[in-house]
Amino acid sequence: MTNFKIYVPRDSSAISLGAEKVFKAIKNEASNRGIKIEIIRNGSRGLFWLETMVEVETPQGRVAYGPVNPADVSSMFDKDFYLGKKHPLSLGVTSEIKWLKNQERLTYARVGITDPVSLKDYETHDGFKGLRKALNLKPQKIVDEVTDSGLRGRGGAAFPTGIKWQTVLNAPSEKKYIVCNADEGDSGTFSDRMIMENDPFVLIEGMIIAGLAVGADQGYIYLRSEYPNAQAILNEAINIAQQNGFLGKNILNSKFSFNLEVTRAAGAYICGEETSLLESLEGKRGLVRYKPPLPAIEGLYGKPTAVNNVISLATIPIILDKGSKFYADFGMGRSKGTLPIQLAGNIKQTGLVEKAFGITLRELLYDFGGGSATGKKIKAVQVGGPLGAFLPEEQFDTPLDYEKFSEINAVVGHGGIVAFDETIDMSKLARYSFEFCAIESCGKCTPCRIGSTRGMEVIDKIKGGIDQEKNVAVLRDLGETMVHGSLCAMGGMTPFPVISALNFFPKDFGLETNET
Amino acid sequence: MLSDNKLEKIEQHVNLLKDKPGALLPLMHAIQDDIGYIPEESYEPISKALSLSVAEVHGFVTFYHHFRTKPSGKHILQICRAESCQSMGSENIESYCKEKLGIDYHETTEDQLITLEPVYCLGNCACSPAVMIDEEVIGRVTEDKIDDLIQEAKK
Repeated sequence: MTNFKIYVPRDSSAISLGAEKVFKAIKNEASNRGIKIEIIRNGSRGLFWLETMVEVETPQGRVAYGPVNPADVSSMFDKDFYLGKKHPLSLGVTSEIKWLKNQERLTYARVGITDPVSLKDYETHDGFKGLRKALNLKPQKIVDEVTDSGLRGRGGAAFPTGIKWQTVLNAPSEKKYIVCNADEGDSGTFSDRMIMENDPFVLIEGMIIAGLAVGADQGYIYLRSEYPNAQAILNEAINIAQQNGFLGKNILNSKFSFNLEVTRAAGAYICGEETSLLESLEGKRGLVRYKPPLPAIEGLYGKPTAVNNVISLATIPIILDKGSKFYADFGMGRSKGTLPIQLAGNIKQTGLVEKAFGITLRELLYDFGGGSATGKKIKAVQVGGPLGAFLPEEQFDTPLDYEKFSEINAVVGHGGIVAFDETIDMSKLARYSFEFCAIESCGKCTPCRIGSTRGMEVIDKIKGGIDQEKNVAVLRDLGETMVHGSLCAMGGMTPFPVISALNFFPKDFGLETNET
Repeated sequence: MLSDNKLEKIEQHVNLLKDKPGALLPLMHAIQDDIGYIPEESYEPISKALSLSVAEVHGFVTFYHHFRTKPSGKHILQICRAESCQSMGSENIESYCKEKLGIDYHETTEDQLITLEPVYCLGNCACSPAVMIDEEVIGRVTEDKIDDLIQEAKK
């Protein structure tokens, strides 16, 4: 008799809700009842309000149960859940769950389905097909595919990936580097973490292809220290890839060699800025560099370096496998392809939604998100991390598109959406934006280093009713100075959340009029 | 004074990593993972091995929030202060922890059991509010969960 196949996720968020305890409870219960089961630690499907989500393989496909707590396990066995039978926690066939069915998972094609560190699973589900194709292409052709796909940097800056690679390819140098920016520090974002924990091979494959395209033989993944689980899984996957000829010398018997290493960061938000990241990788304080020169020309140790975000790199394999046109057919305007959007904060159904660009915030917040977790009215959302603007309800019909967001002084960024209900005080959040900037500023440029602290003081004065009109003018002026005078996006974008909060929610600042 | 044992360990890490490109970052992790913090006494041997000034080593260590120059408690409890957790009431969790442990951020309980630290995002924003104890992330944190966690730490 074959064993019953049961899936229990090993994703950090699932574990943070008790997946490890559920795993043990199922194991023990099965052994007590003498039922032979095989438990596979898959990734999370990204429906976090249903985690721990347990799945069972049946002739009809995988069926899901959730949210499962250890206390539910005994009753699940009573109902023979391991045969896929009904239980109050039944969610039906997993792939038919509306929330998943309405997505367009390209970058996330395998996430939640496979065992993250099973090379066999990876290859069965189209893994390394992109690399195999790329190995037969000239570097210029690989870069052209990426350029034609319209892929733009998913870390937040939205710079066309193909153009960046072209610059590195054109830069004459014996030594070049691929650096993966995995310093995912923006609040409300976890899509990098999910890729690294739930489908690490896709990132590895993307980096190898990047190396092939620009002529680099060394890659670094600069990973934030807050992600120990991701580090362990990445290292495990890198070892497996090495042992099977996907990394190291003469990859898949080609002439191409590529080595990959994970470097653990040390808790500085600013190191998500690419030049600060490079300084840190070189073993220095993470001070932002002046640009030019661009890292594509003088990057790590002064050599041409492609610095790309995790999601950008993890999207490369499917572009090479299915072609640039396939990818570019998704999306709208100049925002091609899909974006793994993260619904976070005060939302009922939080999780990972990969959709083509063009979906509106309202659809995301209500159709996918189901409204706020607290059941109260959603007052504002912050899109794109702590440097993104706050958007009030009247802007919820804005489609997710880099240019459309730019028109309303907002950013799509890394695709994180944090919702706040009506109990939130927007002036507190605005003050926090400055506080965060003061804590995390690298200190190199004055607007960011000093402006952040002055900003807190000015908000305190406004809230304290001191010379409000004058201080609002000072706050706006300070914002302008930081936007135009800062070296990087840290100081240059901190005014976005602050000024948007002031514009849309003046009452929270103790301002009577709708002063704008 | 640092014990000979610790100095010896530091020297071993230095010898192992000093020739690696960008050595300072992995080296500091190795030292802190091994002995729990980065003693100032380590600056001199490190600066010599890597041809840096002591000031540069000091500047490096103090730039990064993750590195500490003093021993921590047995456990490190990090509370996420970022926006997503704020939207789900992390401020209450912060004040509850501070009151319950009788310490502020960057401090350690008198019994040397728990050090409290703020953190800016744990990537668990779909399960806010979140905290991390040592390397374990806990989501949808309530006061009850904090009580359990402290109880567990005392064992």
